[in-house]
Amino acid sequence: MKMFLLGAEAIAQGAMDGGISGIYAYPGTPSTEIAEYVQRSKLAARKKIHSKWSVNEKTAMESGLGMSYAGKRAMVCMKHVGLNVAADPFINSAITGINGGLIITVADDPSMHSSQNEQDSRYFGKFAMIPIFEPSNQQEAYDMAREGFSFSEKYKIPAMIRITTRLSHSRYGVETKELIDENSISLPDDPKQFILLPANSRVRYKILLENQKNFKFESETSPYNKYFDGNDKSLGIIACGISYNYLIENYPGLNCPHPIIKIGQYPLPQKMIERLNSECEKVLILEEGYPIVEESLKGFFNHGKTIHGRLDETLPRDGELNPTIVARALGFKTKEGLPVPELIANRPPELCSGCSHRDVYDALNEAMKIYGEKRVFSDIGCYTLGALPPFNSINSCVDMGASITMAKGAADAGLIPSVAVIGDSTFTHSGITGLLDAVNENSPVTIVISDNSAVAMTGGQESSASGRIKEICLGVGVQPEHVRVLTPLKKNHNEMVEVMAEELAYNGVSVIIAERECIQTITKKKKNKTEL
Amino acid sequence: MKKDIILAGVGGQGILSIAAVIGLAAIEKGLFVKQAEVHGMSQRGGAVQSHLRISSNEIASDLIPAGEADMILSVEPMESLRYLPFLSNDGWIITNSTPFVNIPNYPEMKLLLDQINSYKNVIVINADETAKKIGSLKSSNVVLLGASSEHLDIPYRNLESGIRQLFGKKGESVVQLNLAALKAGADLVSEKK
Repeated sequence: MKMFLLGAEAIAQGAMDGGISGIYAYPGTPSTEIAEYVQRSKLAARKKIHSKWSVNEKTAMESGLGMSYAGKRAMVCMKHVGLNVAADPFINSAITGINGGLIITVADDPSMHSSQNEQDSRYFGKFAMIPIFEPSNQQEAYDMAREGFSFSEKYKIPAMIRITTRLSHSRYGVETKELIDENSISLPDDPKQFILLPANSRVRYKILLENQKNFKFESETSPYNKYFDGNDKSLGIIACGISYNYLIENYPGLNCPHPIIKIGQYPLPQKMIERLNSECEKVLILEEGYPIVEESLKGFFNHGKTIHGRLDETLPRDGELNPTIVARALGFKTKEGLPVPELIANRPPELCSGCSHRDVYDALNEAMKIYGEKRVFSDIGCYTLGALPPFNSINSCVDMGASITMAKGAADAGLIPSVAVIGDSTFTHSGITGLLDAVNENSPVTIVISDNSAVAMTGGQESSASGRIKEICLGVGVQPEHVRVLTPLKKNHNEMVEVMAEELAYNGVSVIIAERECIQTITKKKKNKTEL
Repeated sequence: MKKDIILAGVGGQGILSIAAVIGLAAIEKGLFVKQAEVHGMSQRGGAVQSHLRISSNEIASDLIPAGEADMILSVEPMESLRYLPFLSNDGWIITNSTPFVNIPNYPEMKLLLDQINSYKNVIVINADETAKKIGSLKSSNVVLLGASSEHLDIPYRNLESGIRQLFGKKGESVVQLNLAALKAGADLVSEKK
């Protein structure tokens, strides 16, 4: 059957057809649609495939590993920076190895369309020393997800699928294949496999090292790594993942005269690359993300062949690739279109009209006036848009949960009061532990939890502690008289300013919970109701 | 046959529904379709675009190369000019004239419309006004799609079928409303000739 799927959806469909019993994820652009597709799927509902959101990427990764321990197949999904959060279980899962097939799908965001950096997850895969699949198109995304589990089980190793924004969010026809049955429960043969005590870890690590030559062999013979010979050996081209599409766009009808290696599986196929290197005068490397292939081919001294890529600026050092950039790297003259006229103004994203964060920032700005600027730490979510005019309310956005702990550190340094603004879902993702740090020292911080009962920025997914934020704060140990709950509405402005002023003046931990549901999720619910 | 289309607008204006109708119509016609969308942060009232590629042959790149788009189809006038570097010399700009003003420095309307009309192949319609006449402002994106229909190289009946497929589950009245919107858009353009 042919389906018209986003790259993200192709991976989800491939994982379901590949016999997963569960998908574990935390929403993050450009990875969100993978788990959402399973959540919507009738097949998944019928088979009771687990698909509920995890609280963060680390809990997702650990749950996926747990499902694998029990012998079943699982996929874990996240955006690139989510892998930083999940790094500990991710790296160690390469040491434990797996029981049921385990695939970690990571969606990178070069050009930072919706992210704070453009880190390349292939480095993480290499760091963990596990095989990486990098699809060039939606069909490969499907195939790699579907076949990846048996590969994972063959070597008892977790595998990574790495995609980038454009593939994740681009649709094309995908031919689906028959459904593979789920595994039944089976426990690991070796009782020590998952016990990473040093003595066991040393044994497990040797197994991982020993497996490296198998992974290399698989890469040499993989259907995803292909050598296309060409007569014109003045240049050889290595194209990784989606950059292969941009290359082929420049050679309609596949008429490229140069030898090409299309890379879709790592570690790199060494023999293939040695052949290209020995037969061609120069090598051009096309890769979306960091120049990881280019660096490994160049080595430290760069004594070999001339290698063109991002490092010598044949391609830009940062940002995503596109067919025009690749055309220029190939020396083709490109079309330019027309310039954008000067009267066109930028249109940055903004908080929705009627959004509760607007009322929170209006009140906070007023309450903060007496303390001056630059002492509001914030976090990752829609409310990060409070950094832009007309609010200009916040002074930081670094990583999930950092608002609370950065405010604490600043308070430790003597910046009193220090303020944190964090959303409900970011709070449960990574804010609770930081709050405990602050409570343990009764740090003079005022924490505003702008609770809209949704993971709003990624499309209004269910937040993991809706309605329970107050209880969590009390449970962590914030003094009950300093947990204040407000309804952020224009008519409550004065009350909000007053409460904020009181808590800012308090020399200890206070939490102000501003509770009002996301305007987008309310609209969506109403719409669904009328449609029913 | 090859048609590369940039769909433009502001987050929340419904450019993905236009893409879906054209995509469904093209697939029914047996063509290849590739469509790159924008999800995430810019959907919050920011500038958004989608690259829609239709071809009788397999399509390689998910993105349209600079200077090669056959059409910019925009549900908002200022956004119709943001992606000009993608438009080919013979390409068409087809845009709604009703502005979506959510920034303080939005250009003066007369200057903006003069600028739009200064290009070679332009169709400007007030899709919002037409949609209101039909009875639903929400169908303004489909009115615009209708206005583009004769430049799509996809038979009109396939577009109608695309609408039936996309809106079918919302009921026959929604389908009829959108079919009327499509026709109104197409009629607007043929009347202008």
